[in-house]
Amino acid sequence: MAEIIRTENLRYAYPVEEGETPVYALRGVDLGIARGSFVVVLGHNGSGKSTLAKMLNAVLVPTEGSVLVEGMDTADERLLLAIRQRVGMVFQNPDNQIVANVVEEDVAFAPENLGVPPEEIRRRVDEALKAVGMSEFTTHAPHLLSGGQKQRIAIAGVLAMEPECIVLDEATAMLDPVGRREVLATVHRLNREKGMTVVLITHHMNEAEEADRVVVMDDGAVVMDGSPKEVFTQVEPLRSLGLTVPDTVDLLDRLRHHGVEVPLDALRVEECADAIAAALQ
Amino acid sequence: MLKDITLGQYFPGNTVAHRLDPRTKILLVLFYIVALFCAQGVVTYTLLALCLAICVRISHVGIRQLVRGLKPVLFIMIFTGVLNLFFTPGGRNLVEWGVIRISEQGLHNAVFMVLRIMLLIMGTFLMTYTTSPISLTDGLERLLNWMKRFHVPVHELAMMMSIALRFIPTLIEETDKIMSAQKARGADFESGSLIQKAKALIPILVPLFISAFRRADELATAMECRCYHGGEGRTRLHVLRYEGRDITALCLGGAIMVGVIVMSRFGL
Repeated sequence: MAEIIRTENLRYAYPVEEGETPVYALRGVDLGIARGSFVVVLGHNGSGKSTLAKMLNAVLVPTEGSVLVEGMDTADERLLLAIRQRVGMVFQNPDNQIVANVVEEDVAFAPENLGVPPEEIRRRVDEALKAVGMSEFTTHAPHLLSGGQKQRIAIAGVLAMEPECIVLDEATAMLDPVGRREVLATVHRLNREKGMTVVLITHHMNEAEEADRVVVMDDGAVVMDGSPKEVFTQVEPLRSLGLTVPDTVDLLDRLRHHGVEVPLDALRVEECADAIAAALQ
Repeated sequence: MLKDITLGQYFPGNTVAHRLDPRTKILLVLFYIVALFCAQGVVTYTLLALCLAICVRISHVGIRQLVRGLKPVLFIMIFTGVLNLFFTPGGRNLVEWGVIRISEQGLHNAVFMVLRIMLLIMGTFLMTYTTSPISLTDGLERLLNWMKRFHVPVHELAMMMSIALRFIPTLIEETDKIMSAQKARGADFESGSLIQKAKALIPILVPLFISAFRRADELATAMECRCYHGGEGRTRLHVLRYEGRDITALCLGGAIMVGVIVMSRFGL
């Protein structure tokens, strides 16, 4: 599969006062995101995962190294709009990314900025709202919606740009469990049905279970990279990074410590139950 | 307390008053204001009051809502009325009691001044009640488009206005939250003198401001991520178009304004 985003030896230091030594939030990240894949980036606070997300559509520009979006360098200011149109970003707080007082106006914001003709905007807005399952709220006021609904509107707002890739920067962190499930189901469906590339930044392990690939970050570098099964079976290294493992793996790991012969890689609840049942027979 | 804010309040509906182009409505209000300030006598005032009454009737906006809009300016109305009543010389003196003197001219001025303010406020409120804030700013932007030639940042101002309107409910919610948090720790907003009450507001305003700045920062980033780069080359989902009814309304409004100006020349 071709790569849609490629980072090369990416380093980033937040600006500091003169005389202070810059602290690198990212220290050499080489990452390729395959087109159409669902990638989850995990890490605890301060691991650099959010900084990485902001580099993917040129909100931040690399201090050293480079980020290429479909071959376009994010450091080139002339390519800014083209890059941002291809890589959409959804942020943590739904309230702070909704621009308009009416749902459809908000979804229309990005295509309006891109100078899309009105009839085409209409089509895109309706399509985007349908894709996130919010068609019936077209003329509602966003501030009266629930957190999960607002976040879906924000996703629709990004979809209306017709991007190739969506980056969700801890977009589920402020939501209740119901809202979180809504948003995750929406992005999974977009990934499956429309082949949308999804990069999900999170610190909830459970959100990574159904991903194609899990990238674990610590101290500004990628420390683990692989399928969910490959990553989550490394229970001890994950714990030493201050990360928990999904509940299922945790249970299986404990059982193994007590001498029950179960596999570690049964991530889903059903799989886990089957594995335990098989071991008990 | 926070529920009283009527600024930018909009009652959705589907009457002619709602469907008129926002530019038409802004122009009509402008005509109305000009006519009000030219109006001199009973005839013109009655005519303008009648016009307002008809518009209110068409728009299906409740009279009660319209009158409620007057509450915040009640003080200004009373102040103007009293000032005009007692301090306008001219004409026969109706009441003379020590230093207090009410002249005929004073009574006349007071009544008409208060009426003028009332009609003015109700007229503009009728516009905001029947026009969504978004289309209002949209209309304003389009109306003032010609000023762009003189480097007036019309688009930016309209954008700022619509964002401010968008964040009013969010910030009100936040204020309520902060107040509850302060109350839970024993803050008292209700009792005490005016100065004490004002002082009690500081612990609300400081976190509110900080959070507003943080929100602004995040919103700016989110807007940039959605390819916002100013008004240049921007298209709109809803394009404003003058319809037959707009032209009719504008002609009618213009005729009334001219009529009032002419009539007031004759002191009516």
